[in-house]
Parts: sequence; structure tokens; C-alpha cells
Amino acid sequence: MSYLEYTVKSVPTGPRKILLLNWPLILLLIAVASVGFLMLYSVAGGELRPWAIAQMKRFGLGMGVMIFVAMVPIWFWRNVSAVGYAVALILLIIVELFGAFRMGAQRWIDLGFMQLQPSELAKITVVMFIAAYYDWLPARKTSHPLWVAIPVIFILAPTILVLKQPDLGTAILLLTAGGAVMFLAGVHWAYFAAVITGAVGLVSAVFKSRGTDWQLIKDYQFRRIDTFLDPSSDPLGAGYHITQAKIAMGSGGWAGKGFMQGTQSRLNFLPEKHTDFIFNTLAEEFGFIGAISLLLIYALIILFCLFAALNMKDRFSSLVTLGVAMTFFLFFSVNMAMVMGLAPVVGVPLPLVSYGGSAMLILLIGFGLIQSAHIHRPR
Amino acid sequence: MRRKGQEAADLSRRFTRRALFLGGAQMALIAGLGLRMRWMQIDQADEFRLLAEENRVNIRLLPPARGQIFDRNGVPVAVNEPSYRISIIREEAGDPELVLQRLAVLIGLSEEAVAEALKEMKARRGDTPVTVADRVSWDDLSRVAVNAPALPGVSPEVGLSRYYPLGADFAHVAGYVGPVSDYDLSKIEDPDQLLLLPRFQIGKVGLEAKMEEVLRGKAGTLRVEVNAAGRIMRELGRVEGQPGADIQLTVDAALQGYCEARLSTESAAAVVMDVETGDILAIASAPSFDPNLFVRGISVSDYKGLTENEYRPLSSKSVQGLYPPGSTFKMVTALAALEEGIIGPEETVHCPGHLEVSNRKFHCWKRSGHGNVNLETSLRESCDVYYYDLALKLGIEKLSAMAEKLGIGVRFDVPMSAVARGRAPTRAWKKEAFGKDWVIGDTVNASIGQGYVAASPLHLAVMTARLASGRAVQPRLIRSIGGVDQPSGQGTSLDFNESNLRMIRRAMYSVSNHSRGTAYNSRIIEDAFRMAGKTGTSQVRNISEEERRRGVTRNDDLPWNRRDHALFVNFAPFDAPKIAVSLVVEHGGGGSAAAAPIARDITLQALYNGDPPLTAYPEKDRSRIRALQERLKRERPSTPDRGRA
Repeated sequence: MSYLEYTVKSVPTGPRKILLLNWPLILLLIAVASVGFLMLYSVAGGELRPWAIAQMKRFGLGMGVMIFVAMVPIWFWRNVSAVGYAVALILLIIVELFGAFRMGAQRWIDLGFMQLQPSELAKITVVMFIAAYYDWLPARKTSHPLWVAIPVIFILAPTILVLKQPDLGTAILLLTAGGAVMFLAGVHWAYFAAVITGAVGLVSAVFKSRGTDWQLIKDYQFRRIDTFLDPSSDPLGAGYHITQAKIAMGSGGWAGKGFMQGTQSRLNFLPEKHTDFIFNTLAEEFGFIGAISLLLIYALIILFCLFAALNMKDRFSSLVTLGVAMTFFLFFSVNMAMVMGLAPVVGVPLPLVSYGGSAMLILLIGFGLIQSAHIHRPR
Repeated sequence: MRRKGQEAADLSRRFTRRALFLGGAQMALIAGLGLRMRWMQIDQADEFRLLAEENRVNIRLLPPARGQIFDRNGVPVAVNEPSYRISIIREEAGDPELVLQRLAVLIGLSEEAVAEALKEMKARRGDTPVTVADRVSWDDLSRVAVNAPALPGVSPEVGLSRYYPLGADFAHVAGYVGPVSDYDLSKIEDPDQLLLLPRFQIGKVGLEAKMEEVLRGKAGTLRVEVNAAGRIMRELGRVEGQPGADIQLTVDAALQGYCEARLSTESAAAVVMDVETGDILAIASAPSFDPNLFVRGISVSDYKGLTENEYRPLSSKSVQGLYPPGSTFKMVTALAALEEGIIGPEETVHCPGHLEVSNRKFHCWKRSGHGNVNLETSLRESCDVYYYDLALKLGIEKLSAMAEKLGIGVRFDVPMSAVARGRAPTRAWKKEAFGKDWVIGDTVNASIGQGYVAASPLHLAVMTARLASGRAVQPRLIRSIGGVDQPSGQGTSLDFNESNLRMIRRAMYSVSNHSRGTAYNSRIIEDAFRMAGKTGTSQVRNISEEERRRGVTRNDDLPWNRRDHALFVNFAPFDAPKIAVSLVVEHGGGGSAAAAPIARDITLQALYNGDPPLTAYPEKDRSRIRALQERLKRERPSTPDRGRA
């Protein structure tokens, strides 16, 4: 069923929409963000500055943006997703060109008042665009090789640009979230089996490329992988961070050391304690109980998205809802796996908790889309 | 339309299936993350907690205060003084060069010091403090403290540092401390953790080195919480260490100072011993040096000056210097002969000026000969032939046995550096050392303390004390350690025939009191403090035939380092001996002229506990002595007697 088949009557209009928001989901987001404020207050040594207060302001702004996005009918967003995708892609190309003039990684465009990270923008626009594509595509063409190749190219284009920055974390996110939308859209199983087989082959190729002149990823990324595989190989260098992060987490025990009592974070053994490794501070100070509670809230958010998606009648709404949920899932699961020593450190923040504006804003826009789809679903 | 509807329904069902599948997969991964948390935070929690504690808690050593050293009257010889230093931490300084420039202006640092500090900072981790200025004055320290806001990363530190208030007087006795070197560590098995502390100082030479274990003390520990940069956040607990034990010497700082001053123009050594207890009252070696230079780190030019001086200021001649004792050894030969019954006191030997032994002529110092001499006259006038004769009858083994009984050839347990053993030669020794047989001429030479006989001033003082007391007096340098008195060096009787001893002492008395005695000019006329002594002039080498042809016959014609050593030993007062003195003036010439007058001054100084009245000296010496006393007073205005009261 396409949005054109909506009976306009059944779609709510006006301020009544506020009441129809998925409030439990909003409360869960606020709960997660509050955990973030608390931890940012703690790692600053019991100070609102420099992080907690700024994060609160950003979250307030983000919530405003989310409500705004939610108020706009979902079919509007469907119609502009191609534009959004194009803008993100062009910005990624611009960044790539700028990066050529400088040494090393160049990931943002300085707008003067804020730094725009096109890769963050891509995280949401790719999902939107692929969802819109399948909304448009007639059902019987779904698994036709030609019609499968087109979204694959749409996903790979930004992924490759991001990988060149280089930003492995975002690349994995784009690829997996885009693939998830394709999977949900009903593309034949065999394609995914083939891709997974191919990915295994690619990973071995990456490792084989090491030290040759066609090396596929940068040296520091190789080192991160080495460190991940054996943190003790470099206890005072790159492995130091992950070792200290694990110590922080493990030493929290059942109930933790108490709020603001985490020695690992308070004494600066923990690296990046307000961004990528904030979860370790939580786990150190509130123990297993605190850590598992946050994980459960995240799980609830995923489940709420799942049920919301199952109640939506049009393809764009449901695909975008689960696509955003998948992105969100990837954020927190990759971050947690990374800080618990299960994955290499690829620089993915803990969503809504880690200090930082771009990722939070993008995710809240994503949840705005989910809310819009929820409000404007046919009843 | 209907088919389309069918397709849409299929698609919707497929979406639901796949959404549930994906959701299930997500939940499974979340469960995996949960299990990982459980494993880390519950199963492995204890291990991680231990690691976190190891990170957080740092145990630091608290260096103990080093034991101090005092003289027999409590005058401080080696003390600990607070010393202030200024260090800088690069990470906190921001721009270390700018900060150092400001600091240089503030407390007057040299450009080299600034460059040195910058170099060291680059070589070390950014959070390590680097010392910029050591031993800064309190004023400079306050200036730094006041200007702290303009000097980020700069911090004043207080530590204890060794100081020798009496300077050169005790340089050879107390020695000095210095920073622990790799060489020091290589010598010590299982070194104390303390030694690994930066800037920790250990005894390098002298008493400081020999008594290191006693003086060092035990380290305390401080448990602190540190952050990742190693900065101390707070103290968790403290276990106080044990300061090193204080040591009180037997040496009298005033007398020691007098000896050093009296000898200062010579290359000489003097030892003053208490005859009764073996206490070393003074043990001087001149010239000396300021040990404080070494504690601070001596400059290359200062060090060069010390090593290139031909008077060898760094050598502790009183225990380390070995000299042929010359005629001061004659008491040994005489006592051995008396004890063996080889000669009676009144028996005479004819001295024609030489003695021919196995076709070789051994000369007496007096070419014209002494005529008939007995024990007293031979010692008084230092006739050589008399002793040649005794030694030939005695044999070297008995002679050396007596020498050892009197302390020559024994390594005394005195806690100073490089204490020499000396030598009382035997046939077996020569065989082993040179692979040659003992010849009769060796015995003849040994009888007058030449040839293979070697003794340090300490040996000679012990010998004199043993002659004066008849007991095996042992030298004692340390009176008490940490308030615990050390055993006296009184010793047990040597079981000599008392009348033999009396005869020797009587003969020694006439050396410095009979008008024909070799030390008559250096007599003491105060009846209560009369001294008995013996001069010695020991040859460094013979005047060669060629030199004789060139007209070199007199000592003064030779270059300094080939002139004879001047020696003198004595005890006083004669009636009730209290002190024994030995004195060696390297290449000083004759014992009676070069050594005996100094020994008399030292003896009187010791007996009077300060400058003696001029009436103790013979009339004709008094004006000279007064001038000398005044000169020494001027040169040493602050005779250390602070602790006396």
C-alpha cells in the first residue's frame, strides 16, 4: 500500500498530533539521554561544565528538531529523500576533495557556526533513500538482479567515500543499515548469502593486502585490529586504552564503585571517557546493574520501533522505521562491543550518551521520522 | 488490481517475517552483550578490581634521614641540611622555554643550566619532574614561590642533603657521600630499593662508605593514590621508616683541626692515640680537601687540581700511606733482642761507622761511628750498627714476630677507606712475593726499618701505644653507634718483661730529653708532660754512585719526591702515658728536624686540650712557637669547640 492510497480523513491533523506521538519511545530516549547527562556530570568531576550542560542543550535542541520532523507528514519526507541523499553524497565528495589538500583525515565541513559531518548525514539519508526506492519499486521487481544492483550502488557510493576519509565505523554502519533495509524490503535470501560469503573473502583479502602496495586500509586501522586481537601486545601504546577500559568495566563488579567514585575514570586511566568510552564509566560506577539497565533500555527502544513498524501499513514508513532502528542498534552494539573488547576500536559513540552533537542530532532526526510515520499511519 | 493486492499482501507478510527475524537477531546480539557484561563484571570482577587497585595505588619509598656523625665531644662532623631545589614538569609548563627564561631571570640561572634542563626534559617523559637548580637559597626559593603563577609547572622541593661543617678536617675520616652510580649498584647484591631512588646519596669513601648500612637507615613507605599521569592525588597511608643511626667518633675535632692546620703546608700524616683505650684522638692527612665539593658534584677543574697535586690531597696517608719506618722501628729490634735475652741493657756493641756482612758494607748514618754503644745510647743517638748486630743474632723471623706483636703488618679494623696492612717481612713472604730467597742483607736492612718493612702512621701510633702500655691496644675510631658504646680498644697484656719495656721507654725518654738525643731540640720542659720519642729518617732510595760523583750527597740537593721521609713517634707524659703520637712528613728530610717539632706541638696540644702555655717549651723556642700559634689562630679563626660545653 502506497501513501497515495491513504484515506486522508484517517490521518490526524493539527495540534492533536502531539498527543499521538509515540510517548513511551520518547520517554525511553529521555531516559537514555539522562544517563548520558549523569555520566558527563560524573566524568567532569561533579561539574555540569564542560560537558553535561552543553549536552543538555543539544538534547533539548535535538528533541525540538525531532518533534518538528514528526509533525511533518511522512510522505513529505519520502518525497525529499532523494534530495537528501544527493546532498549528503555531494558533501561527502566535497570533503573528499578538501581532504586531498590536507594531510590525513578530513571528515567535516566548517560552516562557521558548526562543523557539518556529511558522513553523519549519510547515515540517515541512505536509509531514507533506500526505503523510498523500495516504496517506489513494484513488488515483483524486488529480487530482479538489475533492481538489486541499483540500491547496492546507492549504498556503496557513500560507503566508499566514508571509507576513504577514513572512517571504518561509519562505513560499517552505512553498509549494514542499508543492507538491512534491503533485507526487510524482501530481496531474495540468496543475495545476502552471497554478500556474506563475499565479505568473508574481502576480510581475508584486506589482511592479505597488508604491507603490499595495494593495501586496502590504513596502517593505523591495521594497528587497531592488532590491538583488538591482542591488547597486551602493546600495553603502553594503543592497547593501553582498551586494557584500561576493560579494567574500568570489570572492576565495577555487581553494583559498581558508586556515583563519581570510579577510580579508573576519575584518575584518568580511562581514555576518551566522555565520548567513546563513557559506557565504561557507567559500568565502573554503577556496576553490572547499571550497565545491563542501559542495555535493556536500548533493547526496549529497538522493540518499540519493531512493534511500531509492524503496525504501519506503507512500505516507506515501516522500512525507514526499522532502518533507523537498525542504525541506532548498530551505534550502541558496536560501541559496547568495542569498549568491552569484543570489536576493534572504530570510533562509534554510544548513542545519546556520548558527548557530541552530530550523532545525537542525526539520531533524533531519525526518531522524528519514526514518530512521523507513527502519527501519520492510516488507522 | 487483484493480483497487485495479492502481491502487496505477500510483501507485507514477508516484511513481517523478516522484521521479526531481524529483531530476533538484534535481541540475540543484545543478549550476547549482556553475557559479556556478566562475564566481565561478575565472573572476572575480582581480577579487574585488583588491576584497578594496582593502577590507582602507588607505594613510594620515604628516604630515611641519614645518621649524623659527631666528634667525641658532640661537635657535628657530618649533618643533614635541608636543601631546596627547583624542578619543572614539562607537561604543565606549557612553553618550557619561556618558563625557564623567566626562571633564569628570577634566580640567575646560567645559560648552560637552562640548556641542560631543556635537554633533560626532552629526553624524559612529559610528566617527570626535571631538576633545574639544586641547592638554591631560601631567598631564591621564596622568589619562585611568590612568582608561582607566572611559572607553570615549576615547583620548589625540599630534601635533605649532606653537609660537612668542618670541611677538610674530616675529609679523610668521614669521607663523603654522592649519588648512587651504576658502578655502586653493580657492587651490591640485591640492592635496597632506596638506592634506586633518584638523587639518593650513599657513602662513597671513608666512614660514610664503610658504615653505609648503619648510617642509611630503613625506608618508610607511603601509599598514595595516583592518577594516570603519576601525579599524587591523596595519601592513603604512611609507614614511617627508621632514620640511620648517629655515629660518635673517638676523634677530637679541635685536635684534628689543629693537626690538619699544623701539617697543612706539608705532605704529611699524623695519628694521636689514647694509650689507655686505643681511641684515635686525631688522624690527620695533609693536605686535605673539602668533601662538600664532592657532595655537590665536583667541577672538572677542581677535581683535576686535586688529582694533579703531587702532595696527593685525596690520599688518606694516615692509614693508606705505607712508609719504611726507619729508625722508629729500632724499638722493635731492641725489644725483640731483650725479650729473647740476646743482649743485656748494658752490653755494648762497637760501632766503627759500618758493619761488613757477607762482603757487603752496611753503613751507620754516622760515618765516623758511635764507638761503644749500649741500648740507651744506641737508641738515643740512633746508631744503626748496634741494631744490625742485634738483628743478625735474632734472625728475621723473630724480628718480624715482634713487629707484628706491636702492630706492624696487621690490618686494623678501622672504618676508613683503603686501610693498609703494612708489612713485617718473613722468608716465606719474600719467597712468595718475589720468588727469591731471603738474604742476610735483608735482615740487616729490616733491623733499622728499611728494606721490606712498611708501616702506616696508624701502625706506628699503635706500636708506640703498645710500647707505652705493654698491652695489645687496638685502635678505635667509633665511640658509639646510635648511643650504644662500642668496645674499648684497651687490649690485653702482651706479656713482655716489664723491666725490658721500662728500658725501652727510658731510652726513648733520653731521645727527647738527653742533650745528645736526636730529638733533644724538640723536648718538652713541663715536668708533668715530658715526652719519650724516637726520630726516624727513612730513605726513599739510595743516593747512587753517579749522583755521589756529581756531588749530590745531601738530601736537600735531591728533588722533593726523592728526599727522605721524616718520621717521629712518641708517647707522653713519660711517667703516666696518656697519648701516643706518630708523625710522617713525606720527603721532609731528617726526622729530628722535620718531624719531631711538629709531633711535640701536637702532643702538647692534645695534653693541654688546646694551645699549651709557652712555658712548656724550652726558652729559645718560645718566640717562634708564639708566632706559630698566632699564625694558626689567624688561619683557623673558628676552632670548632661549639659542642664542648
